[in-house]
Amino acid sequence: MLEETVPLSHYLMLSATLFVIGVAGVLIRRNVIVVFMSIEIMLNAVNISLISFDHYMNLSNGQIFSFMVMCVAAAEVSVGLAIIIAMHRNKPTVNLDDFNLLKW
Amino acid sequence: MEPILAPESIDLIALAPVIVLSVFAMMVLIVDLFGGRNKTLLVFISLVGLLMTAISAFAKNPIPAYSFNDSYIVDHLSLFFICIFTISSALAILLSVEYNEREGIRAGEYYALILFCTVGMILLASSTDMIMIFLGIEIVSICLYVLAGIRRGNLASNEAALKYFLLGAFATGFLLYGMTLVYGSTGSTNLFEIADFVKNPEAQSNPLLLMGLVLLIIGFGFKVASVPFHMWAPDVYQGAPTPVTAFMAVGPKAAAFAAFFRVFAEAFPEMAPSWEVLLSSIAVLSMFFGNLGAIMQTNIKRMLAFSSISHAGYILMAVIAKNSLGASSLLFYMLAYAFTTFGIFGIVILLGRKGEENLEIENYSGLAYKHPIIALSMTVFLLSLAGLPPFAGFIAKFYIFSAAVQEGLITLVIIAVLNSAISFYYYLKVVVFMYMKEPEAEFRISLTPLTLFVVFVGVIATVSLGIFPGSIIALASH
Repeated sequence: MLEETVPLSHYLMLSATLFVIGVAGVLIRRNVIVVFMSIEIMLNAVNISLISFDHYMNLSNGQIFSFMVMCVAAAEVSVGLAIIIAMHRNKPTVNLDDFNLLKW
Repeated sequence: MEPILAPESIDLIALAPVIVLSVFAMMVLIVDLFGGRNKTLLVFISLVGLLMTAISAFAKNPIPAYSFNDSYIVDHLSLFFICIFTISSALAILLSVEYNEREGIRAGEYYALILFCTVGMILLASSTDMIMIFLGIEIVSICLYVLAGIRRGNLASNEAALKYFLLGAFATGFLLYGMTLVYGSTGSTNLFEIADFVKNPEAQSNPLLLMGLVLLIIGFGFKVASVPFHMWAPDVYQGAPTPVTAFMAVGPKAAAFAAFFRVFAEAFPEMAPSWEVLLSSIAVLSMFFGNLGAIMQTNIKRMLAFSSISHAGYILMAVIAKNSLGASSLLFYMLAYAFTTFGIFGIVILLGRKGEENLEIENYSGLAYKHPIIALSMTVFLLSLAGLPPFAGFIAKFYIFSAAVQEGLITLVIIAVLNSAISFYYYLKVVVFMYMKEPEAEFRISLTPLTLFVVFVGVIATVSLGIFPGSIIALASH
């Protein structure tokens, strides 16, 4: 069985590691698309936690929650890419440092 | 064949405002398809929709009523917030009409997005379940990302939308992780069940739960623009179209505070010692750096952004106070703040023309000589924001401070009062420019009726809430 071989803490560690990778990506990388991907990694790291809590504690709210997270992430992707495309039409660059019209 | 009945735990009447407003928002989208270039009908439908929403909010009786397995609540807090939301969205729409015409924003979905955003705010203020709170926050945020970037051809607007989007989504990640850890350590997403669970002192020291609380504070801190999570606010406020800025400064902020209050004052009051210090320091930092930042600004929209950061600091005190007086002072503050903010942004819009928005504070030099009534209204709003009697801002601040004193947060109140004094400097700077400097150039103010109406409503409400606050306070303090 899954429970016997892999304890909950391993899943939580995996999720925390992924989350930190995502945060680091947002803070360090300057490419809009990569930053965007890092945010998605953060959201999916959360999904892993939610699902593993559910599995080990015999709950069900977390599964519903993770579906909601996926829906919201999809909506965010569509709006985010639309914003990036609109931006790209006015200023053909994907480097965040070039967007300095407003004092950052 | 048996009719399909909703389970008893699903009470659609309690959900009436959400349903009504969603239907109207979709109607706006559909009518926009056939309406051609004239958007007057859309504005009319939106305003009617908001009115119907406010009325339908009172359909549920008696309150408090619960729906969807206790994940949605109708109580005095949510009813009052729904009123604030509908009023602020209606004012935002009224401000937008002439601005959009002037700036060539011809998108009909603009009004639908404001309505959908309001739906999210209502959900946020009425949710007692973390899943619903998350959904509400996202509905609000996604609509705002689009609204901030609605001027597609304008680079500043694009940039504001991009920054808002990236930082907003980043904050969502933190909020979500916080919710997950709280869920994992308490075994429930429902705020009441969490409150029951953390009554046990052993559960309170769970490191997972404490970590979750910190992440929740970070996430909410971003959404209400409090220091040190405020860096998006000035840029977004400056780059977004002015009516959207006004809308953003009031409705979504009030909604985020409603959820903030529900989560911390209703689910975790037992754990106050562990989060009080953190929230207090965020409140102090917000007041201090908000005011300091505002002093240095030359652009009026940026100045108002920093001022709204410092106001977030004052409002956080209501969350920290977490008593019933805190709840009612939060309501009164948001109402007073809504009218004042819309009035001020109304004047900012009046001063602009197509392609030339006149957003520098210097552009206000000598306004009092040419347009004394507008300068006087601006003075009323600024003094109200600074918290001078007899305006609404004074009563609101007084009320929040007394809630904090009741909880024994004397140090916090002293810091807040000192910060209020600092804020006089930059609010009065604008007044000095208006009354004591010579006009720099010809004012070509576009005195458009709807914007003037919003300013007028703002003045009346700011003054009357300041002089006769009794009835509203009675309503707020149920």
